[in-house]
Amino acid sequence: MNDIARLPERPEAPSADVRALCDELRDLYDEIADLLDRDRIEALPGYFVDDCLYRIVSRENYDEGLPQATLYCDGIRMLRDRVLALRETQVYEPRHWRHFVSGVRVVGVEDGTIRATANVMVTEAMSDAEPTILLVGRYEDRLVRRDGRLWFVERSVVYDNYRVVRSLIAPV
Amino acid sequence: MGKSIVSEGGVRSWPKEGWTRVPYWVYSDPEVYRRELDTFFYGPGWCYVALDCEVPEPGRYKRSWIGERQVVVVRGKDGAIHAFENLCAHRGARVVWQNKGKVDSFTCPYHQWNFNLDGRLQGVPLKRGVLGKGGMPADFDNAQHGLKRLRVHVEGGSVWASFAQEGPGFEEYCGPELFALIRRTFSGRPLKLLGYSRQLIPSNWKLYMENLKDPYHATLLHAFLITFGLWRADTQSESVPVAGGKHGVMVSRNVGRKVSDATAEIARNKSRLVLEDTDTVTPIGEFDDGKVIGLTIFPSVVMHQQANTLGMRHLIPKGPGAFELSWTYYGFADEPPEMTRLRLRHANLYGPAGLVAMEDGEVLSESQLGASEYPHRSAVLEMGGRDVDPQDHMVTEVLIRAFYKYYREAMGL
Repeated sequence: MNDIARLPERPEAPSADVRALCDELRDLYDEIADLLDRDRIEALPGYFVDDCLYRIVSRENYDEGLPQATLYCDGIRMLRDRVLALRETQVYEPRHWRHFVSGVRVVGVEDGTIRATANVMVTEAMSDAEPTILLVGRYEDRLVRRDGRLWFVERSVVYDNYRVVRSLIAPV
Repeated sequence: MGKSIVSEGGVRSWPKEGWTRVPYWVYSDPEVYRRELDTFFYGPGWCYVALDCEVPEPGRYKRSWIGERQVVVVRGKDGAIHAFENLCAHRGARVVWQNKGKVDSFTCPYHQWNFNLDGRLQGVPLKRGVLGKGGMPADFDNAQHGLKRLRVHVEGGSVWASFAQEGPGFEEYCGPELFALIRRTFSGRPLKLLGYSRQLIPSNWKLYMENLKDPYHATLLHAFLITFGLWRADTQSESVPVAGGKHGVMVSRNVGRKVSDATAEIARNKSRLVLEDTDTVTPIGEFDDGKVIGLTIFPSVVMHQQANTLGMRHLIPKGPGAFELSWTYYGFADEPPEMTRLRLRHANLYGPAGLVAMEDGEVLSESQLGASEYPHRSAVLEMGGRDVDPQDHMVTEVLIRAFYKYYREAMGL
């Protein structure tokens, strides 16, 4: 018998609880994508717990277990500083971004921490050029529920791009 | 060498003012670019290819680049590091298809020619033919058909390679001042790999070298550095061309924030701003000299130290109008976890999303867009005077002038 015959069975259908959680996550992700598309980045830190990790990391580093991230914020203060720098100090050609999130999945729930993942693509448009794909990847998230709402403990944006073309200006 | 370059625009001739001008055709002319690759990357010089901690044990390899040529860096069975072109000696296919891995030997996927870890051909399938038919000629000599090997030099954990089998040694190529500063970081203390950032910048590769030979811009463009005290125009600093202008040394110090006449003149200095997490701009001293040093090691790499981030910025040209900038971040194997954490935090200054470096990617892209349409015009480099001698401040373009003095001689332009 060859290995194909030993492939796992199709998993069981998700429970109503998992389906409801997935719907809630999808709404949350759409909400964040919308605020990023509308240049309301100041609102992003408000979705994170104080002791959070937000990072954008290449698949190359992630798969090799290397800690270096292209953008790295451990703790809410560092994430807020990133927003401050973007608004107050950084010099870049203005452009518009648009986020496409799909395939939202609950990976598991352990000790009250939800692990979720989703595909993400971000396009970038300069004011005098057509949009290009800035990055394609996936969110690897950990969330907790407090006071009835979901909060990010971690958002790792793991991108497939070997290189970033030109610059990665803002959190995605 | 020394032959004039004739392009669509006619014979390329340098402006009469000399090294205080840089004609924009050096950033876009394909003939100039081709001569640069042959002269600097494929010639007798030394190019950065890896850190030894990336290939920590026998059989571990990584792919790297010298100019537009891909090379494989591998640790051999005896522990020595080898480098060879990723180009099968048979039909020119790339032998190695992954960026990193571990092997006992290399086999080209096309016809399964097999090479050992130092690039020698050790097996050719069907070499004697099948059932008495075909096969290689009886006098086919494996020893003549290995992968093209490069000369390799390892300096305190940094790995360098040269296409020339004869030529200056690495130390001689660097010159004494630069060599001593490479040893300052790469002293032999074992390295720890932290990871990579890679970006494709749509500008000529030399513009990046020039950017790191230009402390003047850092005092103006990089508001984050200025505002939070990592870089100031009035700090004790040095701009030192070395090896006849080929390489450059830029010295500053992390002295904290202060409002002075110099910083007040800088429009982007926003002294009212405060960070919530000041740890990200507060380095722990780790070099006895207290200096922050950036080295441009022509033509392949910029060695950076800023706050507690250490990195190799590998320049990989991709035609006259673009280059890949591959950042390798590292620390030391014996450092405490707190230092590694600081390095990761301070690395936010650099790479494609760097609070500082993103601005370089932006301005270089804009420079290329400007310069490429105007090959007949020139840049003006008169900040800090018109000479090429070392200067003890950063309000100067002396390192770029000295570089073009070297460049013109080497290129025969």
